[in-house]
Amino acid sequence: MTPLLETRNLNVRFGGVHATRDVNFSLAEAELRCVIGPNGAGKSTFFKLLTGQVKPTSGHILFRGQDISGMRPHHPGRLGIGIKTQVPSLFNGLSVWENVWLAARRINTPRQAERVTRATLERVGMLAYREATVGLLAHGQRQWVELAVVIAADPPLILLDEPAAGMSDAEVARTAELIRDINRQHALVVVEHDMSFIRMIAKKVTVLHQGAIIKEDTPDRVMSDPLIQQIYLGKKPQ
Amino acid sequence: MKVLNEPSARLQSPGPLQRFSQSWKSAALTLAIGLVLLFCLPRVLDDFTLVQATIYVVMSILAVSLGFIWGYGGILCFGQSAFFGLGAYTYAIAVTNLGDSTVPFVLAIVVPAVFAAALGYIIFYGRLSDVYMGVITLTVTLILFNLINSTAGPEWKIGVAPLGGFNGIPNIAPLNMPGNVDDVIGPRGLFELSLGMLLLVYLLLRALLAVKLGRVIVASKENEQRVLLLGYDARAYKLFTFVLGAAIAGLAGCLYANWGAFTSPTIFGLAQSAQIIIWVIVGGLGTLVGPIVGCVAIQWLTSQIGTQQVINSNLVLGAILVIFVLLVPKGIVPGCGSVGAAMAARMRRRPVVADQHKLHKPSDEIEANTLAIDSHRETSQ
Amino acid sequence: MDLAAVILIQVLYAIASLVVISSGLAVIFGMMKVINLAHGEFMMLGAYATIEAIRVGINLWIAIFVVAPLAVGVIGIVLERIFIRHLYGRMVDTMLATWGLSLLLIGVVTSIAGNTTAGVSAPLGNFTIGAYSVSAYTLVIIAVGVVLALALRWVLLHTSLGLIARGTTQNPKMADALGINPGVVYSVTFAVGAALSGLAGGLLAPLTGVVPTMGGAFIAKAFITVIAGGPAILVGLISASALFGTINQIATFVTTPVLGEVALLVAAIIMLRLLPQGITGRFFKRSL
Repeated sequence: MTPLLETRNLNVRFGGVHATRDVNFSLAEAELRCVIGPNGAGKSTFFKLLTGQVKPTSGHILFRGQDISGMRPHHPGRLGIGIKTQVPSLFNGLSVWENVWLAARRINTPRQAERVTRATLERVGMLAYREATVGLLAHGQRQWVELAVVIAADPPLILLDEPAAGMSDAEVARTAELIRDINRQHALVVVEHDMSFIRMIAKKVTVLHQGAIIKEDTPDRVMSDPLIQQIYLGKKPQ
Repeated sequence: MKVLNEPSARLQSPGPLQRFSQSWKSAALTLAIGLVLLFCLPRVLDDFTLVQATIYVVMSILAVSLGFIWGYGGILCFGQSAFFGLGAYTYAIAVTNLGDSTVPFVLAIVVPAVFAAALGYIIFYGRLSDVYMGVITLTVTLILFNLINSTAGPEWKIGVAPLGGFNGIPNIAPLNMPGNVDDVIGPRGLFELSLGMLLLVYLLLRALLAVKLGRVIVASKENEQRVLLLGYDARAYKLFTFVLGAAIAGLAGCLYANWGAFTSPTIFGLAQSAQIIIWVIVGGLGTLVGPIVGCVAIQWLTSQIGTQQVINSNLVLGAILVIFVLLVPKGIVPGCGSVGAAMAARMRRRPVVADQHKLHKPSDEIEANTLAIDSHRETSQ
Repeated sequence: MDLAAVILIQVLYAIASLVVISSGLAVIFGMMKVINLAHGEFMMLGAYATIEAIRVGINLWIAIFVVAPLAVGVIGIVLERIFIRHLYGRMVDTMLATWGLSLLLIGVVTSIAGNTTAGVSAPLGNFTIGAYSVSAYTLVIIAVGVVLALALRWVLLHTSLGLIARGTTQNPKMADALGINPGVVYSVTFAVGAALSGLAGGLLAPLTGVVPTMGGAFIAKAFITVIAGGPAILVGLISASALFGTINQIATFVTTPVLGEVALLVAAIIMLRLLPQGITGRFFKRSL
């Protein structure tokens, strides 16, 4: 089975920094993977490689077997990759409805788009706020609107960069629930550093350190690994 | 992409004026007013006054062209006069060569559009920022000015039409009924055609803004990155906007050439470019009616100043531009909307942003977390 | 041989002209990211100041090198304090406001001085190279261009003002922490830029007719030279001037002066397409 998303020997160098080292990453259809690592591990760079914001120095990125390294900025969306960047990127001056509608309308007829927009907003629980101006919403609500925007066009792959950032515990739980729900039909790559949140959603975790993958396993096994503990917490291995 | 230091416009819940201006009701109202003027004014005014009125209408079309690409598309073109001038010159040259005015009329719209397509390709597909857009469009209109200005000799002609250089092209043949060269348009007909075209352009743009194409254009201005992430090629949408604006400006140019039966290189000049921008700033960005209001106001003011010798018109225009940029950045129409809303709110003795509070569901246990990560956003762009 | 010498002089003259015309705008844009569209009018004010000074008997050279920069520098400070300082960070708004200022200044000067062309004749006469006659004033402009570039370099590198200015414009908050008032730095920088524009206007007074609208011819060239130069003030200014000056002159020789101007403008557009960050955005990065 061709993996949905795959990177082969992916490398990126900026000046003297080897930000991504020989990363071989593989994601199956409807799989959910969290990518974690301490600060400076190369999570953001890896994410930007997947979204096309950063071009690889060498290696390949394949989506359903098709090489997508070096694509134009609007190609990932077109190919079926939904992206939520670390800094929320929404149409702040437009309404919640309009934000999601724009996402849905690209692949739907006007009437379908109406239906899809309504359904998606209902799914993330923001339908009551549909007339609100996005820029005026609370931070957590904006994150959910962005989730709605990302899933509205029904992309097979969704890339999320810190979807629970800045949220209260209740909001984090709600977001985890949403992501698990989305995972029923979509594959997700979630870059995160909140371990409790990761435990709520992930079955498999990829750990980055200094640009390379050092472990891929379940959250529990990863967190009890002495080497990982040392990297994160400075604990000496037993 | 947005310029780094540009502060995000202060967001407000769409006020009553804004919601009205976006609904079909405002389009209907504007259309109604326009139709009334279209039918009544020619009956009420004499030919001379109609001619005066026509230039206001023609320049309004030009103002709307910039108001659309700037206010909705986020494209600040410093050289919209280039397309205006190309429209006028194309009509003049074509009608001198061809006699019948039907094809020249179409060419006056198409030629500026094609030119805009080429220029727009360089700008939008070259990932140049707002500031460079301003430089390049300004430069282009100056190139045209320089080029045309120097074509005074008799050897400079296209077909049988001499370009005229700094003298301009006089005696431009007016529009005629398609097919009948002798049935030429008179002052009343030109007024009706111009106002009709203005209304047509207005409706076309309103319709455009109500469907996907227009919504993506508006969204691109709001956040180009998100538009790209959604899978829309923002460059193509910007190019389309730019070309449409040029076509409308070209139309205005054709009508202008008819109005004065004359065109000259000053139409490409900095002064003309500045005027268009001033109309739009004064009238207000974000509506289609705003630029029309600004244009009429400034044109009227300029003509009043022109009749007296005490105050120089450059002085007044410059002062207006400075004052508006510093103090009334939103312009007349949106500015009036804000003032009106504030006054209405005071009369009702309720806070203006009342609507927002209704949407917080008390059953939700989620606190409104207002720690927006704006600083985060700024450093990450 | 003679022709080659003359052409060389003309090319150097074209480059030096661009340096002189654009230096004021380069300082203001490079330091503060303010696009001063009233730059041409600052030049115009310098030209009028020069003419007036000569009229009341001041020596031509003092009028050009002292009176013009001083007068326009002062006007620059006043305008900066009243209008410009409210718009820092808003690049598009500053373009629009300074465009308004330019119209305002034209209007004010027209009201005071009228529309007729004033002028002085170029001093120093001509000299001959073989069969060609060259204006000696051309050499003055070339010399001024060189001196200006060197002076800028010296100020930026060796004075505390230059260091503060470089630091402030790269990081205003840091400058604040050091106890330097960015507002004062901006005012002084703007004054220097205005003075340079005034000097340019004074220098050009003997070459062009002095009318209130003379600024328009220069603003576009200065503007595109500065933008094409890129972020590094001095190196950008020199490299862009060298490029455009050469293209302008060669095109003028091959065709006509008008097409020479057009060639410059077209070259600018092509250059911006190829190097959207300007010359020093790609080459000579992190230079002065």
